[in-house]
Amino acid sequence: MSEMAATRDGYGQALLEIADNPKVVVMEADLGKSTKSLHFRKKYPTRTISCGIGEQNMLLAGAGLAASGYIPFASTFAIFTERAFEQMRNGVARPNLAVHLCGSHGGTHTGTDGSSAQSIEDLAIYRTLPNVVVMHPSDYVSTLELTKQLPGLDKPSYMRTARNKTPVMYRGRESEIIIGKGITLCQGTDVAIIACGVLVSESMKAAEQLADKGINATVVDMHTLKPLDGDLINSLVAQCGAIVTAEDHNVIGGLGGAVAEHLVSNHYAPLEMVGVADRFGESGQSDEMLEVMKINSKYIEQAAHRAIARKS
Amino acid sequence: MTLSISELEEFARKCRVEIVKMVYRAQAGHPGGSLSEIDLISALYATRMRVRPNQPKWDDRDRFILSKGHASPGMYAVLAEMGFISHEDLHSYRVLGGKCQGHVDMKWCPGVDFSAGSLGMGLSFGLGCAVAARLDNSERRTFVMLGDGELQEGSVWEAAMAAAHHEVGNLKVILDRNRIQNDDFCEVQMRMFDIPAKWRSFGWEVKEIDGHNMEEVMSGLDFLESTNDKPSILIAHTIKGAGVSFMEDNPSFHGAAPNDEQFAQAMAELGEVIA
Repeated sequence: MSEMAATRDGYGQALLEIADNPKVVVMEADLGKSTKSLHFRKKYPTRTISCGIGEQNMLLAGAGLAASGYIPFASTFAIFTERAFEQMRNGVARPNLAVHLCGSHGGTHTGTDGSSAQSIEDLAIYRTLPNVVVMHPSDYVSTLELTKQLPGLDKPSYMRTARNKTPVMYRGRESEIIIGKGITLCQGTDVAIIACGVLVSESMKAAEQLADKGINATVVDMHTLKPLDGDLINSLVAQCGAIVTAEDHNVIGGLGGAVAEHLVSNHYAPLEMVGVADRFGESGQSDEMLEVMKINSKYIEQAAHRAIARKS
Repeated sequence: MTLSISELEEFARKCRVEIVKMVYRAQAGHPGGSLSEIDLISALYATRMRVRPNQPKWDDRDRFILSKGHASPGMYAVLAEMGFISHEDLHSYRVLGGKCQGHVDMKWCPGVDFSAGSLGMGLSFGLGCAVAARLDNSERRTFVMLGDGELQEGSVWEAAMAAAHHEVGNLKVILDRNRIQNDDFCEVQMRMFDIPAKWRSFGWEVKEIDGHNMEEVMSGLDFLESTNDKPSILIAHTIKGAGVSFMEDNPSFHGAAPNDEQFAQAMAELGEVIA
């Protein structure tokens, strides 16, 4: 069985690896054990600021630190970052202060905590903020590598990580992981599946299922939703002529929305969006939730057939 | 800078004139809260702030965070008196491309360290600035001006709790207690009961003064500067619209401009001769 690890652990490890930069500070809102910033806190307590259960204060205190030359990494559950949305908008994004916000436990994949904890809108809302880079990496290694690039970004970011383990895919491929550049995981000419986060590995499974039926799919890990890798999408349109997007997020405003926005203004190809169908979740195991939400490999495969059938 | 009480009063008077002129020219803006805060900000900048107007981004400057960012005319007037911007720049208030944006903005105006606009945000931002100063082993202080209406925002109390918990003694707040918010008197909109007791119970050092008596303002600033082991707040009792009779204690002038007749009266009351 392939190696499994949680993206949130990649985030926690990355904080340790960038700690040599004395300007890196960590901010917590009583969930460091869960988001995995706790390892940094234990090693660098004076550079870790506990904000209690107060996300609004955390974001703005981070803005004050960023305005004073520090590079704050603030984390909590994806859903709780949303409580501080206006602070992110007015206090961080508007003055373009490089506060790096990480929302862990995003999506329905989060599981048994139920619908209140399953953010299905975080990627959409942060994508609407000028200056903010939005990412949702798929595995431990890519989360680690993307996080390590953030101190050099000089603008704010939002990254969603996942609670539960996903297959590790990028051992030895670290150099391919660059903010804003999608990664092609397999090449085919019949259909292109563009996925992010926990649905990247589901898309790889879907590609195998399609291959069994003689259909060759390209799979792209679009870990950065903003800025979107438009050049890559254009090449996928030319190469495959049919697109599927896959995300553990509302179909409104997330990866599917971003790709749709790009397609209608550029070279067009039929698009089928796999995502949460504008509904809330419930308590369930991760695999059960992907089935309930109709977003696992089976549904990605079905979407690929539909997209191919729509080719003119 | 060392100024006498009468010189400080004259500094503030000139700022009052500019405040009314800015709002009159723009026919929009917030004169009431600018006039209530102006004695406090004038004294703070003229006698306490360690800043360099010709080097506004100097790393070790004291920070001033105007959380009640709508009261921007007051801050712009002081920045002009201090030489961060010119008096001509005051004509750009609320004008496209102007340094003097409707709400103070660090991206637009030299000397402004916080992009304000939404109430309840400045104290948290100031907390971050103060923590950064501590991490830097710097002596710089962070002063935050809050309005009383914005104490109704819950996030203010997140910041108050965190500042006391982390014993951020280089964080110093001035509360402009002018008793009026946008729609009406605070007592009508949302009673806040014992404000000094609230801050004390959150772990802050508290002092109350008359925010228009320059002797008391100076002793209040002494209190803020001498309190360094925990965060401190100077609660300044003020009058909204102070200095212009028809604006004083009048909720209508929270966010309204004077007409021609009112402008002339205001200038006369402020001792300004208009050619």
